[in-house]
Amino acid sequence: MRSSGFRRTWTTAAIAAAFALTAAACGTSSTDEGGGSDPGSDAGKPLDKKAKVTISIDCMPTKTKDDELKGWNRDIKAFKKLYPNVTIKGKATDPCLEPPRFTAMLKAKSQPDVFYAYFTDRQQILDNDAAQDITPYVNNKTVPALGDISGNVLNDLKSDDKLYGLPREHYSMGLLVNRKLFKKAGLDPDKPPTTWEEVRSASKKIAGLGGGVNGFGIYSATNQGGWHFTASVYSRGGSVVTPDGKKAAFNDDTGKAVLQQLKDMRFKDESMGKTQLLKWGDLQKQMVSDKLGMFLAAPDDLNMMAQQLDAEYSRFGMGPIPGQKYTLTGGDAYYVKKGISPEKTKAAIAWLNFRFLSQGKGRFDWPKIKTDGLPVGLPQPDFWTGETRKKDDAAREKDATVPVENFQAFRDNPVPGKTEPAKAQEVYKILDVAMSTVLTNKNADVDKLLDTAEQQVNQVLANG
Amino acid sequence: MSAPALTRSEAPKGRPSGKHAAGPPAGRRREDIARSIRRNLSAHGFLIGAVLCFGFFSWYPMVREFLLAFQKNKNGVTTWVGWRNFEQVINDPAFWQAWRNTLLFTALALVLGFALPFLVAVLLNEFRHAQGYLRLLVYLPVMLPPVASVLLFKYFYDPGHGLFNAILGSVGLPEPEWLQSTDTAMLSVVIAATWMNMGSATLIYLASLQGIPGELYEAADLDGAGLWRKIWHVTIPQTRLILSLMFLMQIIATMQVFVEPFLLTGGAGPEGSTTTVVYLIYQYAFNFNNYGAAAALGLMLLLLLAGVSGAYARLNRSSGE
Repeated sequence: MRSSGFRRTWTTAAIAAAFALTAAACGTSSTDEGGGSDPGSDAGKPLDKKAKVTISIDCMPTKTKDDELKGWNRDIKAFKKLYPNVTIKGKATDPCLEPPRFTAMLKAKSQPDVFYAYFTDRQQILDNDAAQDITPYVNNKTVPALGDISGNVLNDLKSDDKLYGLPREHYSMGLLVNRKLFKKAGLDPDKPPTTWEEVRSASKKIAGLGGGVNGFGIYSATNQGGWHFTASVYSRGGSVVTPDGKKAAFNDDTGKAVLQQLKDMRFKDESMGKTQLLKWGDLQKQMVSDKLGMFLAAPDDLNMMAQQLDAEYSRFGMGPIPGQKYTLTGGDAYYVKKGISPEKTKAAIAWLNFRFLSQGKGRFDWPKIKTDGLPVGLPQPDFWTGETRKKDDAAREKDATVPVENFQAFRDNPVPGKTEPAKAQEVYKILDVAMSTVLTNKNADVDKLLDTAEQQVNQVLANG
Repeated sequence: MSAPALTRSEAPKGRPSGKHAAGPPAGRRREDIARSIRRNLSAHGFLIGAVLCFGFFSWYPMVREFLLAFQKNKNGVTTWVGWRNFEQVINDPAFWQAWRNTLLFTALALVLGFALPFLVAVLLNEFRHAQGYLRLLVYLPVMLPPVASVLLFKYFYDPGHGLFNAILGSVGLPEPEWLQSTDTAMLSVVIAATWMNMGSATLIYLASLQGIPGELYEAADLDGAGLWRKIWHVTIPQTRLILSLMFLMQIIATMQVFVEPFLLTGGAGPEGSTTTVVYLIYQYAFNFNNYGAAAALGLMLLLLLAGVSGAYARLNRSSGE
């Protein structure tokens, strides 16, 4: 018989080593070579061209997206000529962000020096102490077009007046239409419905074509039902939570009108089809296969439909969101990792400015993007104002590869933007239930659904 | 550390041994330890891989989960919050619904997913011909990637263009709403899950059935037992061990259901009728970034499953005595 004491000690040592290794692996230090992150007094000055720095960045296009990768590599070369001292190590990820991977990355502090995230991830990033305040580094010298970036967009990247990220994409929602079905139903695809009454009437006409065609579609699962409910409420001038973010604000005539109209369109008009509990990807597929007339979307939905589902841009068009009081806006951005050296931070800002924020350069170099075979002329990214906007709009139109006239109604009727509510995902989860109920249960009681949802959202908001 | 017992027994006679006796000289003691290490080195070498794997991927996450359940992370600062995460989870409007749905899924999955494979195995065992071919047919769904199977069922269930309603409609039967109705959503999920997973359970039962000595059935025949009496008095008692193990594993697996409702109904389903506990944990962790609440709910599930397993083992032991 062997000594149990010896065995215990050996096993304990092994487990202790395993824990120590795990802790070490999971607890990557957020500081790196080059010293701390104290910006110092020269933070606002451009990058010293003598300082050799290497920065890592994610959301580089993958090899399968070779058209986009061409542009990225071209920009890296051009940037290297300007800053021979900076090396950029791109990390290809597709999709750029997956919530489980992103959450784990923040928890392990393994994010690259410059990392991609949605606007709505700001609080999560701050809670994890993952991004640094870049306010001292960002000014008219380091980002010359700063003054022409929409203030609303920059506000989405701020907390307590401190700037934490720079925008990459920004969208506002509109009404995406299938031009072929519109024409077949006797509707004008260049004049998409601009009120919710018109949407209902057009939906009926399109569904009347038969053959399993639905007039209008909307999400009602994976928290996206709540997202589309929010967009619909905004478009009618309503709100989902109060301005202080402490109470639900959708249990009113506006909220009721949204749900009642959907219920009527689904069960009275039968213009939305029996298949519900739809989520992102489902409506795009229906539209590409000419089974859907309209749905609420952002212009980048078109990229998905063209690039992944092989549809031509010319088959679709876009108008402003019906109701036109407010439209839901959103986007994505790059954040700079907390703890990296000031020189690295400056290099990061220089690259972001070159690639994503310079009219006529990087991703706004439309002639080159056109030769890469990528679409030009879509109303996205949409964050410029003033002179830069004018110049960029003209440049897009000049090199357009998509029929810009199909999106003219959307461009000509800008709707004021409104961002997502506080605790968006938790609120959306609750509103999903109301949305899925009115679309699957013909006896759904709209008042009761909103009462329950209001009570539950108040509870979630009160939890802090 | 005391010297290994084996070494002690090898000590020269007349030399004092045992814990009250004086120990061997330090040099000899070191030699004993070195010899013991040399003798067990390869065994420990093999063991270290498994210990590291369990340490990394099972024990450490469990310890972390326990700690996280009592912590909150805000602006990079972790604070102890006592039972607050548990209170928050219990006050979530979806909490009780998720437990009700999970228990409903487990109950339905036990009726279908536990009994059906056993009956299929009994039937397969009776076949004298083409048993290999039939076994393959039953096992085939297990070989399909789970996501492909679920998406296949999603198409079958589609109320507009789905296969099931097309068949039902063609013979004039009512066409249910399947995943779109609160009445049938969970049952539809259970049917898909059973189809996907019953192959493995059937093969395990079949292996167990084939180990039953034929004489027992012959004796039952001589006593005039019919089919059901043979199943009740011979088959079930002889496969009791496997049946109880599979029953427990079925409960543990079905209480953690996630993939099927997540893909079939987007997780929540109509009016939240397919929201399960694990889906709620997923929501907390990855959509709401609330790891504390996710860990608290995970801990509740862990404790419940540990309790069920313990109670079941106890009942099993007492019924076996």
